[in-house]
Amino acid sequence: MLELQNISFGVNDEGGEKEIIRDVSLTIPDNKLVVITGPNGGGKSTLARLIAGIEKPCSGKILLDGEDITSLSVTDRARKGIGYAFQQPVRFKGIQVLDLIRLAIGSKVSVSSACEYLSAVGLCARDYIGREVNSSLSGGELKRIEIATVLAKASRLSVFDEPEAGIDLWSFQNLIEVFRGMREKISGSSILIISHQERILNIADEVMVLKNGVLTASGTRDEVLPGLMGTGDAIPECRMVGAGKEGEATC
Amino acid sequence: MLKLDEIQQRLLMEVADLHKVPEGAYNIRSNSQSAGRRSTENIEIIPREDGQGLTVKIKPGTQNESVHIPVVMTKSGLKELVYNDFYIGEGSKVVIVAGCGIDNCGTQDSEHDGIHRFYVGKGANVRYVEKHYGSGTGSGKRILNPGTEVYMEEDSTMEMEMVQIKGVDDTNRTTTAELAAGAKLVVRERLMTHGSQNAISTYVVNLNGEGATADVVSRSVARDDSYQKFDAKLLGNAPCSGHTECDSIIMDRGRILAVPGLEANDVDAALVHEAAIGKIAGDQIIKLMTLGLTEQEAEEQIINGFLK
Repeated sequence: MLELQNISFGVNDEGGEKEIIRDVSLTIPDNKLVVITGPNGGGKSTLARLIAGIEKPCSGKILLDGEDITSLSVTDRARKGIGYAFQQPVRFKGIQVLDLIRLAIGSKVSVSSACEYLSAVGLCARDYIGREVNSSLSGGELKRIEIATVLAKASRLSVFDEPEAGIDLWSFQNLIEVFRGMREKISGSSILIISHQERILNIADEVMVLKNGVLTASGTRDEVLPGLMGTGDAIPECRMVGAGKEGEATC
Repeated sequence: MLKLDEIQQRLLMEVADLHKVPEGAYNIRSNSQSAGRRSTENIEIIPREDGQGLTVKIKPGTQNESVHIPVVMTKSGLKELVYNDFYIGEGSKVVIVAGCGIDNCGTQDSEHDGIHRFYVGKGANVRYVEKHYGSGTGSGKRILNPGTEVYMEEDSTMEMEMVQIKGVDDTNRTTTAELAAGAKLVVRERLMTHGSQNAISTYVVNLNGEGATADVVSRSVARDDSYQKFDAKLLGNAPCSGHTECDSIIMDRGRILAVPGLEANDVDAALVHEAAIGKIAGDQIIKLMTLGLTEQEAEEQIINGFLK
């Protein structure tokens, strides 16, 4: 279980200090798939980076299974069981997909074991296991490999920052299946997805809405979704049907 | 192996991946003397009369054979200049493994300067691997100055892999190539410098015949206070295509100078160069940290991958 207690975070902008996260408290319970949604610039990705330890909060506490991890580094949090999938996956010259999966698992597993993670994200393992994680891979391929590394790491809490970003319509359906599969095997862990996509919201156990750095709604999917979809204040991105790109929503 | 001590055997492992006497033709040079030599039916190794180098003759049509000519030096203060000439017969397909390992525990500089000349016959296919390695705790420098000249006849192919990852204090490498019509040259250089090392690598490739192609790519890492210069010049003297690339990671107080040069002397010469120098991207380190690696482990993995 992950708890955020009164987390605030700001950056120094040209116009002075800008607050991005304002006094956010929330809980990601075990055995749940939680989706945080909300408008662009609302602070969702920042919140994910705060959980992974890439950013440090100005105030507040982060607890993993009751242990205060606020001051821990990215490495220490990863070792305690936090996984994090980048919104824009990183490319590496020379490092192969196999190397990355082995690093994620933490041991030199056999090629066939490593391939299982690629198959799980819908990639033909044989074609990808020896590929370099470089610019020869498309955005969608890279995204799936990123998700495969997080699967391979087998975390207590896996955080996915906008997994739909940069993925085409055809790959997107497959991605939903990947998350559905993860949801089925969630026992003893939890999943946090930052997303705008209705179809991802539809597989959530709980939905939270972050707007202007403030948590404006939180509850089960059935409690929160109708409010999002049906009001004049609805978040445009949440109405998106299918897998249009971010910012291309037509409401 | 032969009459080599443990240090010499370790150096051989580093530069030629040799655990035992290699298959095929070989000459092992240790502290300026031959420590073993074998010619085969198709590959003849002839020592030069002055003892400073070899002539290697590969018969036309020789298929899938190899030549190993590693050099190891373990005596401090040794300085040598050797000339090795390779005559690669028409239509042959061979692997040539060279390389030099220096272990210097003394206070005097040790230096090996090897001049390799390759005469690649029509349609021949050569893969050439050259590794440099230095070790030893002495204050004497480990110096390697290889000079390589490649003369390629029509439709021949030469693939060169040049590797220097550790321990060589000072190196000045010059490679020149002359390509006839349809000849293809591929160079893959991997270099890492550390401490206060200096490494200079210069290429001059003349594409003289129609359809000649050259692809010269260097990947390097400069750490600590080391300095590197990569100077690659391609000259297109006929309808041909050439590409040169220098991709470098800079760390600590390292310095890198990349001087890509192209000269087109024919309207149908298509030449491209790319050069990029930069430190390791922060996101790359963070990604590996999210998998549980420390910052230092992440850096090592990124460099290892980059130089693989």
